[in-house]
Amino acid sequence: MSIDFGTVLVANRGEIARRVFTSCRRLGLGTVAVFSDPDERSPHVSEADHAVRLPGSSAADTYLNLDRIIAAARVAGADAVHPGYGFLSERADFAAAVLAAGLVWIGPPPPVIASMGSKVRAKQLMAAAGVPVLAELDPGQLTAAQLPVLVKASAGGGGRGMRLVEQLDQLQAALEAARTEAGRSFGDEQVFCERYLPAGHHLEVQLLADSHGTIWPVGERECSVQRRHQKVIEESPAPLAERIGGLRERLFDAAVAAARAIDYRGAGTVEFIADEAGNAYFLEMNTRLQVEHPVTEAVSGLDLVEWQLRIAAGEPLPATPPPARGHAIEVRLYAEDPAAGWQPQTGPLHGFEFPGVDACFRPGALRLDAGVAEGSEISPHYDAMLAKLICHDADRATATRRLAAALRRARLHGPSTNRDQLIRVLTDPDFAAGNTTTAMLERAELRGPLLGPELERVAAAAAALTAAAAEREQATVLRGLPSGWRNVCSGWQLRSLTGPAGRHDIRYRCGRSGLDIQGMPDVRVVSVTPAELVLEQAGMHHRLTVTRIGDQAYVDSAAGSVRFSSVPRFADPSASVRAGSLLAPLPGSVLRLAVAAGQPVTQGEPLLWIEAMKMEHPVTAEADGVVAELAVAAGDQVSVGDLLVVLAPVQQPEQAGTNR
Amino acid sequence: MSLLPTRLDPDDPQLVENRNYQLRQLADLHAEHAKAVAGGGPKYVERHRSRGKLLARERIELLLDRDAPFLELSPLAGWGGDVAVGASVVTGIGVVSGVECMIVANDPTVKGGSSNPWTTKKIFRANEIARQNRLPMISLVESGGADLPTQKDIFIPGGRLFRDLTQLSKAGIPTIAIVFGNSTAGGAYVPGMSDHVVMISDRSLVFLAGPPLVKVATGEDAEPESLGGARMHAEVSGLADYLAADEQDALRIGRRIVARLNWVKRGPEPQPPSPPRYDSEELLGIVGADLRVPFDPREVIARIVDGSDFDEFKPRYGASLVTGWARLHGYPIGILANAQGVLFSAESQKAAQFIQLANQSSTPLLFLHNTTGYMVGQDYERAGIIKHGALMINAMANSEVPHLSVLLGASYGAGHYGMCGRAFDPRFLFAWPSARSAVMGPQQLAGVLSIVARASAEARGQAFDEGADQAMREYVQRQIETESMPMFLSGMLYDDGIIDPRDTRTVLGLCLSAIANAPVQGARGYGVFRV
Repeated sequence: MSIDFGTVLVANRGEIARRVFTSCRRLGLGTVAVFSDPDERSPHVSEADHAVRLPGSSAADTYLNLDRIIAAARVAGADAVHPGYGFLSERADFAAAVLAAGLVWIGPPPPVIASMGSKVRAKQLMAAAGVPVLAELDPGQLTAAQLPVLVKASAGGGGRGMRLVEQLDQLQAALEAARTEAGRSFGDEQVFCERYLPAGHHLEVQLLADSHGTIWPVGERECSVQRRHQKVIEESPAPLAERIGGLRERLFDAAVAAARAIDYRGAGTVEFIADEAGNAYFLEMNTRLQVEHPVTEAVSGLDLVEWQLRIAAGEPLPATPPPARGHAIEVRLYAEDPAAGWQPQTGPLHGFEFPGVDACFRPGALRLDAGVAEGSEISPHYDAMLAKLICHDADRATATRRLAAALRRARLHGPSTNRDQLIRVLTDPDFAAGNTTTAMLERAELRGPLLGPELERVAAAAAALTAAAAEREQATVLRGLPSGWRNVCSGWQLRSLTGPAGRHDIRYRCGRSGLDIQGMPDVRVVSVTPAELVLEQAGMHHRLTVTRIGDQAYVDSAAGSVRFSSVPRFADPSASVRAGSLLAPLPGSVLRLAVAAGQPVTQGEPLLWIEAMKMEHPVTAEADGVVAELAVAAGDQVSVGDLLVVLAPVQQPEQAGTNR
Repeated sequence: MSLLPTRLDPDDPQLVENRNYQLRQLADLHAEHAKAVAGGGPKYVERHRSRGKLLARERIELLLDRDAPFLELSPLAGWGGDVAVGASVVTGIGVVSGVECMIVANDPTVKGGSSNPWTTKKIFRANEIARQNRLPMISLVESGGADLPTQKDIFIPGGRLFRDLTQLSKAGIPTIAIVFGNSTAGGAYVPGMSDHVVMISDRSLVFLAGPPLVKVATGEDAEPESLGGARMHAEVSGLADYLAADEQDALRIGRRIVARLNWVKRGPEPQPPSPPRYDSEELLGIVGADLRVPFDPREVIARIVDGSDFDEFKPRYGASLVTGWARLHGYPIGILANAQGVLFSAESQKAAQFIQLANQSSTPLLFLHNTTGYMVGQDYERAGIIKHGALMINAMANSEVPHLSVLLGASYGAGHYGMCGRAFDPRFLFAWPSARSAVMGPQQLAGVLSIVARASAEARGQAFDEGADQAMREYVQRQIETESMPMFLSGMLYDDGIIDPRDTRTVLGLCLSAIANAPVQGARGYGVFRV
């Protein structure tokens, strides 16, 4: 039997769409992308043979709109649909609609998806099949002894709709919040409680099941390093399974039993939470490909997407899975600020380079699966994951070291990322020892930037001095003379920048023996060009490369990377005027006032009149607002630029349901 | 490509000694510069700062393009006299919004920035440079007016300050005044005579007469702000074109004004420069304390011109004067440099021809001084050394290409004239710390006086007092030595500054670029040559 469909539509975006396309192309299958308006210029769109626009930007209008996606498949002539992960990937109704449209569904049959879609039901099924589960707790009967508990969305995934409860009085709010979020994310408000293992290990088994009764456990993964219940670092094999004899076999057996119990088909993952002693409990089964599937591909040598396609076409698996080789680790690079609660970051991605990468969307020693490229705009509409970087080597220590080094060498110029945190974790002794737990990222010291304040200042000096060199190169006169040359020396050149540690005033001057940087007497500037500073400190040469985009400077070095904004040399005095201030447009006297302090006004409404040369000039509101301050009274003499009125924006009434 | 060779041996003890000597001289120079930078001293600097004001050089730094060079002129004005070193004003050439400008900034920490006779002389010199080289003029004004105890030396000649400003304007050279504080009486005409005026809210005060004088003169009671405040001038009198929020804002506006001048340099564009092949550090080892020891000026030329590339003119004729062509920071120059001190007839004739060639090709000239003058003695007089010296001075004085002079060592007698001394208006004249300049060497001068005195005594039949003669000779020699020193001459404004020999190329490159703001055109006619 062979693949009997010709063109695959991927009902997804970003890196997973590109991942599926890669396997499709290798198998000679046509590819169709769908895209929302903000994704119009995304790599996944330009890469596909055909791309169909889903007008709008919200997920509901686009990647969650199953009617439009099925229509897109028809328009583009696709005869199979791959859902990727997230979005519609675990929606039985979508799978059913795809099948009803006469298209091939790359995934398990709809009833199987439905059976695992409700976590409550899934746990009951698993318990019945003899798989260990954490008991479901009734929120109404919860006692303090059962704490802490996790409130979860029954239809959930990816950490959404999940709330931790450590005190009983937090329960009600957590339930409500989880319900709201679950409703919004999954269209299903059902939530449940289960015991929470505060420092647990997240383990999972990758499964492939064909339609002929063969089920492969294709190795396990450990994904314990998480933030806000979302995985950040994943690896295979699992360090915990390496430490505890027999654990891997128990996990495999349970996973296969689970799959068999529901007559699973395709690629899937059974997730477990385990304590330090290796007691593992079923968490959920994901009836789709996982984000972290590349680590399994690395150690197994399999193309899991290829097998999804083959299984969907009815091909049988060989009798036994291939043996595991070496160790693979994946990090997820997010546009986010770990120091600010991992707040997602948006904006243009100016630089996106990973030296040493030897494979994209297929196994390699250093593999990059990225949904974005240089020039992409990171929008607030979707998940802020930029890329996954996967390293595969003979042993865990080597893979870890190479991955950390690759992250250090990467040039990431754009929104802030969690790169520094990833490097901190990878170089942490706990990680080296395999002591990765779900609580690891709560350690504050893993959150700070890689460069301490001292090194940040050196980087700021690099940004300042290279900017000076760049400006000198652009100089129209005296370009060939020494930078900042003085015959009578009285001061320093000054450039100011703001970085993560605050403002840096870099004072420097060109001395007879080279550039001197104030406050860095032990630093010798070896060379400076517009793009690179080499300096010597304690006999060591350090190379810092600088990329300037607008008023931003990105400094990369072996010690780490940091972004600065340059502080303008001259403050713009117009910027110092309070927002909403109305200033006198001409000199004269205030004839009369039409408003009083505290009064609401509408745009265009006259506020007062100024009399000048027998003419009455009205001063009108530039926008709706409230008179916050009335700086003049009738009869006052005013000069040009004098403050007349300050308008404050109208207060928006508090909206229900947004007080999270 | 005619690469100059070098014969300097870095291990030569003479070189090491020379270098140590120059470094000692430079240390003294820096100490004097530091006095100028210190302005009115810590007390007045502190008071000035406590008013939220920037120092004169800080204002200049903010006005200049970042990292652009700045050549301060006449920093030792008034040295050796009874005024503060620097004469309470800072002048210099710097780049503002990509335009080379002459900047004149009062130093309000020295007697309130008031002007003494050296102040006005220093500003006159700045004005002259601005006019000759077409440099936009920016005045950073904060001056209490004339230093009244010195008014007799300032009042009558001082009017030239205002004449200069308006004549610059007429010549198409923009003038900009930024008023930081008081600008009273005569000072009020600096903004008054400038093309563009920036004043600062609650800071600038510009009036012909302050409230006390108004009270005395007319009985009127006037508040300073309403009499001459920035707002009044911006809104009522119209003397201010721009009203700045603070000092920084004023300098920002000043930079914007220059950016909008649409300034175009009228001189030649430089070619891409290449650095000399030899280290400029070695310039310190060439000239020592004893100026009787000659040095080869080619060693200096090799360390200041592009690629150490020098095409010598008439190398086998008049060997005591080196002449030739080079480029410096991309600008073509002709160089005349004394080789063995003395100028003979051949050297004079060679110089006259060379200067005419430079004028024919409109090439600026650089004079590197180390001369004890024109040769004296019967044979030379009979051979017409005066005629030939006059020939050289004629060619040089009537040359119309820009001249630059650097005094490396001796610059004595008519040799100083022939090599374009101060009286011949070189566009710029600088001295190395090793330079000496006088009508003749101190020993010679003392010797001449002694011989004359001896002859006079003999003519009167009186006995000659050998002891008194010895004392006189020593006294005169010391006096002339002191008066020949570069700091003394710099204090008198007989040069534009003493420079570190290692900076010679940078200084000259900056000057050549400044010069290129005006057209460079050689003379097409000459005075009558006595041949």
